[in-house]
Amino acid sequence: MTEKKSPPQETSFINEVEKSQLSRRKFFNYAGLSAVAAVGLASCQKDLRGGIPSAPFAMDDPKNMPKNTVNLGKGDIGILNYAYALEQLEAAFYIEVTKGSYYMSASSKEKTYLEDIRDHEIAHREFFKTVLGRQAIGRLLFDFSSVNFSSRESVLGTAKALENTGVSAYNGAGELLESADYLLFAGKIVSVEARHAAAISDLIQYGTFADVVDGNGLDLIRTPQEVLAIADPFIVTKIIANNLPTS
Amino acid sequence: MNIVNIINELEKVDPEVYERLDGRRAAVKNLTSIGGKLALAAVPLALGSLFSKAYGRTTAHIVPILNFALTLEYLEAEYYVEGINSGVVPTSMGDRAAIIEIRDHELAHVAILKQTIMALGGSPVAKPMFDFTAGGAYADVFTNYATFLAVSQAFEDTGVRAYKGQATNLMDNNEILRAALRIHSVEARHAAHIREMRNRNFGADVQPWITLNESGGIPGVAAVYAGEERTNQGGVEITMINGFDISKEDASEVFDEPLTKEQVLAIVKPFIVA
Repeated sequence: MTEKKSPPQETSFINEVEKSQLSRRKFFNYAGLSAVAAVGLASCQKDLRGGIPSAPFAMDDPKNMPKNTVNLGKGDIGILNYAYALEQLEAAFYIEVTKGSYYMSASSKEKTYLEDIRDHEIAHREFFKTVLGRQAIGRLLFDFSSVNFSSRESVLGTAKALENTGVSAYNGAGELLESADYLLFAGKIVSVEARHAAAISDLIQYGTFADVVDGNGLDLIRTPQEVLAIADPFIVTKIIANNLPTS
Repeated sequence: MNIVNIINELEKVDPEVYERLDGRRAAVKNLTSIGGKLALAAVPLALGSLFSKAYGRTTAHIVPILNFALTLEYLEAEYYVEGINSGVVPTSMGDRAAIIEIRDHELAHVAILKQTIMALGGSPVAKPMFDFTAGGAYADVFTNYATFLAVSQAFEDTGVRAYKGQATNLMDNNEILRAALRIHSVEARHAAHIREMRNRNFGADVQPWITLNESGGIPGVAAVYAGEERTNQGGVEITMINGFDISKEDASEVFDEPLTKEQVLAIVKPFIVA
């Protein structure tokens, strides 16, 4: 199931050096020296989460160009690709957030939470990519021009919407999966997305952690079609989803 | 679950299906004529009972699972009811309002589980007697706010893991699986907010998500967090996955882990008197 592959595509010396500097920045964060390290590394720091520096998501990497169209497929693979698409979206969004000016001047807690969530979504994204192997859809192209990354309201508001959409998506996907293993993975992830949603909501307005929960104490649930319609404004790549299971 | 298709297909093999489902034939036909797929959120939980009553389909394995969930919801609901009534929760920072909201969710969960169990033809278990001091281990649970929040966190994180542990056992009943998932993620929201409350009120070293198997300074809850430190999922190592800088802390945070029914019952046993 795990695709056997060599270490990440980018192998140039400069990439490796910058990667190790990013690791050192994490160490500095843990050691409480983040302010110093951030200033020191500002000149050469580019977010490497997507790959080659100075590119949000390896845009210039000929091995990883975004697709014009992807077909999610059918059955459980279709659902996993659906989840992979949403995690790609969330990861790409948070990567942009952590390069924007709101993030740069945000409070320590907000910075930490946004970085953590970014890393979580990257991990989720890569998990699905690995599980899907050759059946994974390609890289999606996103459009975040509607988001103002210098505005706290715009960034956190969009983050909250994305997290709540993610919760609704996983909750709706549960019954569509045939494999108990995949259902368990979805279950392990959805509660983390719900924690994200609660955390972001609380940053916007403390106490709104469950403001989407209905009168029966039930969380959001949506079909893949409903979710993809919500996500559509952010996704440039055409997503073919009409072979997904519907029951 | 496409109810229209199911009933249409049934009619092909059993022309009497409408009478069997409900003597009031018109009532059921109206149900199927609601254009196409019913909105998921609007499907009443009692729908599953239509089939179990009509064809004697056994849902025997589901009722015990729902009664297990009901026991946990009784525990949480009663805990927050007593917590609010005790006055231990301050109004500052909106804390009392938050606990009241959580309490009301748990009470709603109790109601929904009872309704579902009865719709399946089962009997809801009675509410147990609780001792939220766990025999004195948390003697000041309703007088010391820090203790109250600590035990709250333990209950919520346990609830998330408990529901998660039962999801695959409910796979053969979409409607109930759906409800379980929608409750499960609400418990995760509760857990996230309680953790945030502990951090903001008492500087507890916790985030909304679970890091490794850490409780953030709560005594006696090792079993609640045991296994959360895992970083390998289905053979895929999450730490540094595909070369990305994901620490083992991050890797442990991105997946919450299930607990078995036995593990959960062992955790809550000290809080149940009878």
